[in-house]
Amino acid sequence: MNTNVTWRNPARARVTNVSRRGVLLGLAAGTFALSVQLPRRASAEEEKLYGGAGMPGGVKDDPRIFLTIEEDGTVRLLCNRAEMGQGVRTGWATVIADELEADPTRIRVEQAPGNQDLYGNQNTDGSRSMRHHFQALRRIGAAARTMLEQEAASRWDVPADEVRASGHQVTHANSDRSFGFGELARAAAERDVPAAEDLVFKAPEDFQHIGKDVNNVDNLDITTGKPIYGIDKQLDGLVYAVIARPPVYGGKVKSYDDTEARKVPGVIEILEIDSPDIPSAFLPLGGIAVVAENTFAANKARLLLEIEWDAGDNQSYDSAEYRKTLEAASEQPGEVMRNDGDVDAALADAAERISASYYLPHLAHASMEPPSATARFADGKCEVWTSVQAPEALRTDLMKRFELAPENAVVHSMLLGGGFGRKSKPDYASEAAIISKALDGRPVKLTFTREDDIQHDFFHTVSVERLEGGLDENGKTVAWLHRTVAPSIGSTFEPDVVHQSAGELGMGAVDNPFDIPNLRVENPEAAAHTRIGWFRSVYNIPHAFAVQSFAAELAAAAGRDHKEYLLELLGPDREISRAAMNDTAVYGEDPELYPYDTARLRKVIEAATEAAGWGRDLPEGRGLGLAAHHSFVSYTAVVVEVEVRDGGLIFPRVDIAFDCGAIISADRVRAQLEGAVVQGVSLATLGEISFKDGVPEQSNFDGFELTRIDASPVEIHTHLVPSLDYDSPLGGVGEPGLPPVAPAITNAIFAATGKRIRALPIRDQFV
Amino acid sequence: MAEFSVNGTKHVFDGDPETPLLWYLRDLAGMPGTKFGCGLGLCGACTVHLDGVAARSCQTWVSDLDGVEVTTIEGLSEDGNHPVQVAWRELNVAQCGYCQPGQIMQAASLLSETPDPSDEDINASMSGNICRCGTYPRIRAAIKLAAERAGQ
Repeated sequence: MNTNVTWRNPARARVTNVSRRGVLLGLAAGTFALSVQLPRRASAEEEKLYGGAGMPGGVKDDPRIFLTIEEDGTVRLLCNRAEMGQGVRTGWATVIADELEADPTRIRVEQAPGNQDLYGNQNTDGSRSMRHHFQALRRIGAAARTMLEQEAASRWDVPADEVRASGHQVTHANSDRSFGFGELARAAAERDVPAAEDLVFKAPEDFQHIGKDVNNVDNLDITTGKPIYGIDKQLDGLVYAVIARPPVYGGKVKSYDDTEARKVPGVIEILEIDSPDIPSAFLPLGGIAVVAENTFAANKARLLLEIEWDAGDNQSYDSAEYRKTLEAASEQPGEVMRNDGDVDAALADAAERISASYYLPHLAHASMEPPSATARFADGKCEVWTSVQAPEALRTDLMKRFELAPENAVVHSMLLGGGFGRKSKPDYASEAAIISKALDGRPVKLTFTREDDIQHDFFHTVSVERLEGGLDENGKTVAWLHRTVAPSIGSTFEPDVVHQSAGELGMGAVDNPFDIPNLRVENPEAAAHTRIGWFRSVYNIPHAFAVQSFAAELAAAAGRDHKEYLLELLGPDREISRAAMNDTAVYGEDPELYPYDTARLRKVIEAATEAAGWGRDLPEGRGLGLAAHHSFVSYTAVVVEVEVRDGGLIFPRVDIAFDCGAIISADRVRAQLEGAVVQGVSLATLGEISFKDGVPEQSNFDGFELTRIDASPVEIHTHLVPSLDYDSPLGGVGEPGLPPVAPAITNAIFAATGKRIRALPIRDQFV
Repeated sequence: MAEFSVNGTKHVFDGDPETPLLWYLRDLAGMPGTKFGCGLGLCGACTVHLDGVAARSCQTWVSDLDGVEVTTIEGLSEDGNHPVQVAWRELNVAQCGYCQPGQIMQAASLLSETPDPSDEDINASMSGNICRCGTYPRIRAAIKLAAERAGQ
């Protein structure tokens, strides 16, 4: 069987809050006594937990932890998830505004520091923040509203059901009296928090904010340049650091000479940081750190370092050679991860057999804010201010690395200037802490230059996907063989991992909804030679590219319209059990709650194609391309209109239809889809990190190119499937827009030119 | 030595003459609104105005700024209500927002020179500014909205 890799830090300490008392509806920072206890080992008999409950730390819903209402009525809401542009802070405020009956303009969202046991799981990844927290946020808002109403009723000595919160105040209509929230808050906070089962929630048809367009709560700070990002942290006496890291993953410093570097004005210190053995998980890569009075001086001195490296085993990593290795592996059988019917017999009997091989290179995250952190390690306490998706992972590293009690490992979460998965891995913040400690507690800001960011990323995997299909005499697909060959993220955490995990295979490989009687998914081996990590949408990107390209190739082989053929492949509306697809991951969700609902994929296909005018006549050189994909338990379809003109690609229009279940912040959902389209255009047309002699050949935006406004789609039309069913499970939003974009583009190029592109990036392959 | 102003305040610099304005602003002057993106003038995140015209602060030596008026995002308007800032908020352009100070400074410079820009003008002026979140369609719409308002 496939290796189902988990990567838990074995020494993870569990922080338990043993005394908690609410003050003014919570936020009683500093009043908690904390203790450390060893993690409890889950026994086999224990019920498997799903969703938010299955995440380390679970989901918390005590309003006293998350809400403070000040006497002037200002509501301070702690957001326990990282904001990286996905709009989670706006989403949190939206839910609270409705269930608390608060004025959204009087809600101030603040970032919770890293503390999983106090705030619940904070690992902002997997498109699960709202999916896991929506109901908890409703409970938080409704409980606080109830406490305010009870307090008002008690002061007026009237039954609680005669008072009603609305518009940031509680009113007794019968006597025409009201209290502002601020007048009630202090006493209301002393009341018992109502039990969840006693809460009355707002009916979805009464929502004033949820499901509507709500302004981004950070608009003013962003447009006026406020220092809100991790890289912006200012402290008295701050010094600035950069690090020369081993160019090849697994390399170490053999020797170095810093004589010239130390002559640069402003240089304060140069020190060596040990390199870890690999796989190195989240650990810093080590190297030579240069500390100076400003980042420019540190960088200038770094250029003058003379370092001899021991490059290690990965120095022969070469992308062109590696592609051949993956392709060779894809020609041979691999571990069988799903096996319906008899694919070999069906292929042998097929009237027509076609096969195709698809290639996707590594990608870099390249968030516009590069990794950066400020640390101050003084008086036995390590404080870090940074942009991090996984504050608990950082906190755990600090506690373990420096043998700190939990209260002495403090992670202040600031806003992220983009994350896309890179900032789930807090190696950069550990580096800042190491340097501050070495400097006896001077506060240090560590910055990755863009070159550092691109050369020392946790790269998106590289993949060869080989597909083979058999058609019967009527052009119907009767056999499907998918071999997916790509190094696993698990390789960054454990040695000798050569297979994709169940979670990776459950991103569009095994969870194939096609109604094909003979279907097999195989996973041949692929060894990693660099750090592989999560990148927005993860393994859905290569899997969706291959599956949705090949579906179009089958349609072409059958001489059929792609949309009609895709719907036929999808088959009759039905809920496919996850077990039937051997999908054991389901993004951590309960398979009973989240079957694969083919009707939902069909409906987004129909919505996107209808809006795009599928089948309309187009001038020479233009084409429409379609792709659809389920990921993060949401359903997406994309139609791209492409024009090939003067040796370039133009995207006059993109339609993206999306079903994530009920919607919280409609405008932020649309923004995520628009952004996914542009990022999809970028990775499809330009995205590539290639290795030579173990080192990425790209180092800045001249080599690792990103789509700019002149090549962006001119029009992006988003189509959200409306739903008032706020009790059913939600789907993810941040990632599922991306996977179908690339195959929709190459399918459109095929429609426009007859040229089938099977290797990304497209660059000028259409010419 | 260079004497110049930043958002109307006088600054004097006599450090390493090769120090880019970007790092002077962020690390030495305590004004981190101007963002570091690439250090090579490839992404536009560090865009400021020099005497009212957009420039990449990572490619500008502080020692060359004698007599120059520097404007950063913190000083683009007194109250954050420059027409471009207002349009940006109205259309909820930003996602992560990190590149947006540079985008806004570039757009403000574009509109001061070309009050009614065509799509081609916008492409020509704005394609030096990268947004990894992909907010380009809204950036284009917000520039047009700000232009329309100013033209009324």
